[in-house]
Amino acid sequence: MRDFIDAFVSAAPQLWEGTVTTLILSLGGAALAVVIACVLGLAAISRFVVVRTIVRIIVEFFRGTSLVVQMFFLFFVFPMWGIEWDPYTTGIVALGLNYGAYGSEVVRGSLNAVPKGQWETTTALSMSWPLKIRRVIWPQAWALMLPGFNNLLIMLIKGSALAGFIFLQDLTFVTEQLRRTLDTFTAFGLGLVIYFVISLACSYLLRWMELRAQRRLGLKETKTPRTDKALAGGGTA
Amino acid sequence: MSWDWEFAIDVLPQLLEAFLRVTLVVTVVGSITAAVLGLIWAIGLRSLPPVPAKALAWVLDFIRMTPLPVQLLFLYYAVPTLSALQVGIIIIGIHYSTYMAESYRAGIDSIPKGQWEATRALSLPASRTWRAVILPQALRATIPSLGNWAIAMFKDTPFLIFIAAPEMVSVARNIGGNTFRYVEPFTIAGLIFLAASYPTAILMRKLENRLAY
Repeated sequence: MRDFIDAFVSAAPQLWEGTVTTLILSLGGAALAVVIACVLGLAAISRFVVVRTIVRIIVEFFRGTSLVVQMFFLFFVFPMWGIEWDPYTTGIVALGLNYGAYGSEVVRGSLNAVPKGQWETTTALSMSWPLKIRRVIWPQAWALMLPGFNNLLIMLIKGSALAGFIFLQDLTFVTEQLRRTLDTFTAFGLGLVIYFVISLACSYLLRWMELRAQRRLGLKETKTPRTDKALAGGGTA
Repeated sequence: MSWDWEFAIDVLPQLLEAFLRVTLVVTVVGSITAAVLGLIWAIGLRSLPPVPAKALAWVLDFIRMTPLPVQLLFLYYAVPTLSALQVGIIIIGIHYSTYMAESYRAGIDSIPKGQWEATRALSLPASRTWRAVILPQALRATIPSLGNWAIAMFKDTPFLIFIAAPEMVSVARNIGGNTFRYVEPFTIAGLIFLAASYPTAILMRKLENRLAY
């Protein structure tokens, strides 16, 4: 027991550093993903066919070619073309692009799910495009987006585990290292529980944001059907 | 660094072999495992008494919310007798079964209450209620969603690189490491993923529209 406590105490700083790396990648990736998702999602409902087609190609490309391939491409191939980023930037860009593409589908779906009458009203009031999006459409769509973003955020956190392959010492990397000093079960038990706590905290945060968004719209606080969880993330290519 | 067709054609067979031998095998066997386990979880969540059902829900959440690589490494080190391929199939199967359970659950929840009441009125045993009444209706709505999870699983197979299973992306990386040419192997690997997943995704979308009531 004493040995175990000693081992754990000596492992704590390493675990902490790994957790911080994982958090930086996840939060950075999530921030970039939200921006990309909003831009692509809004462009996806553009009235110009050319814009919609370009968005479609970008989205299907990033959803279809696998996160791992994209991250390796950024890390191994881009430097050969003279584009060299530090590993953190590479990780954040890869996560942001991949989950931004998935997220844009959530944004597009939510914008389309805002009742048609709302869109028509803004036209009737001859609101400008930025005004109608900002004041009428977005607040309603936002409440619909959050369950989808919730799933994607969990997937993004899990995806950040790839960091070890671009030479970052994230939580997964540290966990594998600790296996040598602690035993397998303790090391992986600790690693898994830390990931679970991070994911759970993020999930509750987004759930709270969703309730807040619904309350602002004056909606009844409805329990989100669990179906959202099942449908959003898996949704096609 | 420019594209070299000769090198690309040179490495293509190796990548395709890895694709067929590992990536596809893991995806197919993993999907079947996940589909079967997911159904068991979904029925369990519905028919177990409250406390075990709640415990099961937490376990499923735990598996769903922790990364595949950590789970892969854990089983790989904990049970050294398993090969990397076996570990990959088991973990990917279990991981995605937790997602598929949600799909099944959504399907089961969409069955009108009257159907349950009817089975009661006819005093059908539980097994026949599930087999003859609930599942045939629930599965219809669930199948496209399961297909989408199988596609997601397919694109997660490169995570097997953590346990050094020779799937396509690991092979691509090794080729790159040995020859210092990364462009061709990664591009081909990415295109193979796209070529396999995009048509399947469209097929699932069509199926979804067709099976919709």
